Amino acid sequence: MKKEFKGRPVIKGNLTGTCLVSKAGLNLLASFQKSLLKKEKKAICSDQDNKDLYKKELTGKIICVPQTIGSTTGGLVIQTAAKAGLAPAAFLFSEHIDSLAAAGVVLSNVWTNIKIITLDNLGNEFLNTVKEGMTLEIREDGTILIKE
Amino acid sequence: MELTKEEREMIEGKHGKTLAKVIRTVVEYGTLFGAKRLIPLDKPVHLVTSFGVSILKPVYNMMNELIENGLHTVLPFTVDPRPLDHKNIHYNLPERLVFKIMYGKQKYYEKQLMKIGLKDDNAFTCTCYHKEIGNIPEKGDILAWAESSAVVYANSVIGARTNRNSAIIDLFSGILGKTPEFGFLTNEGRKAKWLIELKTTELPPAQVLGSTIGLKVIEEVPYIKGLDKFLKDRPQDDINDYLKDMGAASASNGAVGLFHVENITPEAVDEGEKLLSRDFKMYSIDDAKIKQTRSSYPNMYKNPEANPRLCFIGCPHLSLQQLNKWTNEISEALQKTGRRKIKIKTILTAAPDVVRKFKENKHQLMKLKKNLVRLSSVCPLMNMNNPLFSKKAVITNSNKLRMYSTAKYYDDHEILNLITGGDKDEKRI
Repeated sequence: MKKEFKGRPVIKGNLTGTCLVSKAGLNLLASFQKSLLKKEKKAICSDQDNKDLYKKELTGKIICVPQTIGSTTGGLVIQTAAKAGLAPAAFLFSEHIDSLAAAGVVLSNVWTNIKIITLDNLGNEFLNTVKEGMTLEIREDGTILIKE
Repeated sequence: MELTKEEREMIEGKHGKTLAKVIRTVVEYGTLFGAKRLIPLDKPVHLVTSFGVSILKPVYNMMNELIENGLHTVLPFTVDPRPLDHKNIHYNLPERLVFKIMYGKQKYYEKQLMKIGLKDDNAFTCTCYHKEIGNIPEKGDILAWAESSAVVYANSVIGARTNRNSAIIDLFSGILGKTPEFGFLTNEGRKAKWLIELKTTELPPAQVLGSTIGLKVIEEVPYIKGLDKFLKDRPQDDINDYLKDMGAASASNGAVGLFHVENITPEAVDEGEKLLSRDFKMYSIDDAKIKQTRSSYPNMYKNPEANPRLCFIGCPHLSLQQLNKWTNEISEALQKTGRRKIKIKTILTAAPDVVRKFKENKHQLMKLKKNLVRLSSVCPLMNMNNPLFSKKAVITNSNKLRMYSTAKYYDDHEILNLITGGDKDEKRI
């Protein structure tokens, strides 16, 4: 099984952390809305439609998904979550980044000086290989090492 | 991205730190999608963020920074509908309290919108392209819109060019008067990846056809054959209304930002099958598939057997023609059933300027009032976001509202019969 993958760095950085995985797209508004409204200290995924992530803690995790989906307010949700200290540590997208996530990570970086490390184009094999709870090492050149 | 001298100076901060952040955001966003340059906008932007949700603190701070630095959009813009309407919709006390917490920043945010370039106090609608509102693009115009139902209408029905942008990118593009060139702004990005063959025996409900297409193609562009035979002899306003509702369903049930309808939509009329990409996929839709889509929608009511208590018609907002049509049909149906008023509390939603125009016809307004049908310019979807409101058994003819809320979807003729107590199997003509 392949343990190393290469993606395109969208927001560069080095990081080692634990991952969450969803084969379905991450609905940003549905996932973060409840925790943001309740001003929680950690974001717990409130998207009932996402069986992989529902009720799991998103804050500080490496989120591995195909893309983000849902309302075009998604970019604002990422920026708001980042400012509130609720954002994931990283987004790893198997597909090309979508407009919501792109706006969100750029807005966070430019307007709140918070870098959410983001890679895209990691491919389907990456998403099929990575499993919840694995430790991933992200390098700024876009390399991902699965450490388990 | 290749930038002009002025754009480079902006990024370097020579026109102020805030404008530097605005252009940097737009350029970095565009670069991720392979944009080679920024191109000028031809018409005003239409923003998706109309709601003062208390959680969006960074947005209000950002808006203040823009305003304090004298920044505003080049052209006056329009924005999505307001989330609440205390005047025309009755909210009980707990609902009012929840709304107060949820949309506590509404007035504050609306003031910010005015300062940053909002057209006027009536500019709150998702159908800014209707003539009563006046944010009307023309074929080939470059835009930077974000509201998904407006994006798909502008691209497909009008033939203008906008990406399905994220919120704030729309605003920043409006401030710069420019947007990154990629995706639907390019000829290549407008090619169809799907050939959809419609083989139904009659014109399917727009909302279910849109849903069927959206669920199949997700975000790719469909080229639809066979729909023209049902639409071609209808008046242009009827065609536009049908495509508005079909597009909104395809954009919300999937993520369609552009469709072509053979012999109907402007680019399909000009180019026909040349719009198909080389490696297009095929899918046919018959009566069985329409029925299958229609029966796949889950019942999200807390009590699945609950009788409907409220009906929303107009997501996206109704055109003036649709508003008149519903008014007449509800009235005629009530006369037929012998009822004096509607059976289920019903709210028709349309843009403030469309409502104003409708109200000029006192006869129509009286008809609506007599039947106790309410008229509002609210966003039914944001209204339903209230967890207390969403516990109500709501019915709608909008597939978008069904998708994002607990509301139950019915076809137009079913809705008409449900709210007027008519024969549930009788079809709308």
